[in-house]
Amino acid sequence: MATLVLPRVRSRSALPGFGFSLAFTLFYLSAIVLIPLAALIIRPWELGWNGFWAEILAPRVLHALKLSFGAAAVAAAINSVFGLIVAWVLVRYRFPFKRVVDALVDLPFALPTAVAGIALSALYASNGWIGAPLEKAGIKIAYTPYGVVVALVFIGLPFVVRTLQPVLTDLSRDSEEAAATLGATRFQTFRRVILPTLAPTLLTGTAMAFARAVGEYGSVIFIAGNLPMVSEITPLLIIIKLQEYDYAGAAAVGVVMLAVSFVFLLALNALQAWVSSRR
Amino acid sequence: MTTTTAPKMKRVAMKTIPILRPRAPTDDHPLVKIALSAIAVVFIGLFLFMPLLTVFSEALAQGWRMAWDALSEPDAIEAIKLTLLVAAIAVPLNMVFGLAASWCIAKFDFRGKNLLITLIDIPFSVSPVVSGLVFVLIFGLQGWLGQWLRDNDMKIIFALPGIVLATVFVTFPFVARELIPLMIDQGKDEEEAAATLGAGGWSTFFRVTLPNIKWALLYGVLLCNARAMGEFGAVSVVSGHIRGLTNTMPLHVEVLYNDYQYVGAFAVASVLALLALVTLLVKSVLEWQFADEISATHRH
Repeated sequence: MATLVLPRVRSRSALPGFGFSLAFTLFYLSAIVLIPLAALIIRPWELGWNGFWAEILAPRVLHALKLSFGAAAVAAAINSVFGLIVAWVLVRYRFPFKRVVDALVDLPFALPTAVAGIALSALYASNGWIGAPLEKAGIKIAYTPYGVVVALVFIGLPFVVRTLQPVLTDLSRDSEEAAATLGATRFQTFRRVILPTLAPTLLTGTAMAFARAVGEYGSVIFIAGNLPMVSEITPLLIIIKLQEYDYAGAAAVGVVMLAVSFVFLLALNALQAWVSSRR
Repeated sequence: MTTTTAPKMKRVAMKTIPILRPRAPTDDHPLVKIALSAIAVVFIGLFLFMPLLTVFSEALAQGWRMAWDALSEPDAIEAIKLTLLVAAIAVPLNMVFGLAASWCIAKFDFRGKNLLITLIDIPFSVSPVVSGLVFVLIFGLQGWLGQWLRDNDMKIIFALPGIVLATVFVTFPFVARELIPLMIDQGKDEEEAAATLGAGGWSTFFRVTLPNIKWALLYGVLLCNARAMGEFGAVSVVSGHIRGLTNTMPLHVEVLYNDYQYVGAFAVASVLALLALVTLLVKSVLEWQFADEISATHRH
């Protein structure tokens, strides 16, 4: 039997190493990612169904969730506007030091979040370069929810710009020319021709920025001030619960964050499939 | 005379003053260009360049000496050593995984391939704190294996193994996601030709596949390393912040900052910022030089 089966399996590819590489991939994936995540998903249910919801709906947790999602949404909205402008300028215009500016866009990917966190905190504190003039104008950023938004704008910008750039580069100018020939002003062309073409990509980039911002920790905690019920983000609450050895409570909050990021991952995949089917 | 010079002057004027130059219908109005460029540059300056500048200026606020002293203090040196050690373990592990995963995904057909690709990307969409949390739930004092580990006198959480695990988790997809699309794009014709000519598995890999993917591999390893050395949230959960023992550089930055030792915090932070700048530089050079060899389909 074995001699009959083996050649058929082998004939599917002339290359060796399939069994070994797949086995290693699955083993490593399970050990590092899948089993630990399973531990997270199982843990909170020792509280029971009602205990789980009591944990999630506690005022302090609810406020932290609201802040994390709200600030992430505001930051993503800001990034969708300015990210589009930055991407447009980087693709369409020529100006000095363009390559440096282009490379700098990736800084939030490369700079450790703790470094970004203390830098933003120093910058927006009441004696900082930006914080001092703002405070004179009566605006406080550091140690308020606005500080959370500032940090999340920093973290999310490259997602929007880098998602848009390749699509903007490939964007054919034919339809823009056609619109101009038919008498459209430049602004009309942008609103009626360019923006609808870019919209799915812009949405994808904004969603990625949002997803990243919801779970962000390092760049936020220094500038946020971390006052419970005011500027305390969800990831910090998980750490506080762990320090109190409330593993199940920490896991419950963690599961909610994980569920939301999975929903986002699925939505993003669907969105990307839709975008590529349209192109 | 005047009839010949007038158009010439006009042409010069049009060249030097952009507003007077006739523009293509798909060109933006020069004022729009200036306004949008100004917005972009101010936004990037405010949100990206100023924080970077702050790191270095705060580090040197009381002179080079103070910054240097903060870096040569024993706890700082231990933190640097630990960071290098963690990256030296985590990056090769994820590199080997990336190679194995992209080999089986790109060179063979099997069911569930798309699911596998999606699963590999999971760590990117998980909050760093949750990435650390999962290992505490398994190996922590009240975790699944906590009691057993304590009975056998083994420590994973608040020790090196936990820090390595958390780092491996957050940097898990970096190499794989650079290699998979590229190797799918390259197909398996060259490897099959080598195999037909009698090359063995390893020699096919080292002589045919590796030269084709070397820049993409370097690109992935570069990003993986930057994240491994800079990871904060996940490591923060599993480390326990024991000075001189389980503090990586980013954690040392936090400890110093919370101690109001700003010069020290920003001195260590500026080393990490320099690492980030070098990463960006090498990354940009790779993108400009080997764009096609890094990836045919995406820039990231």
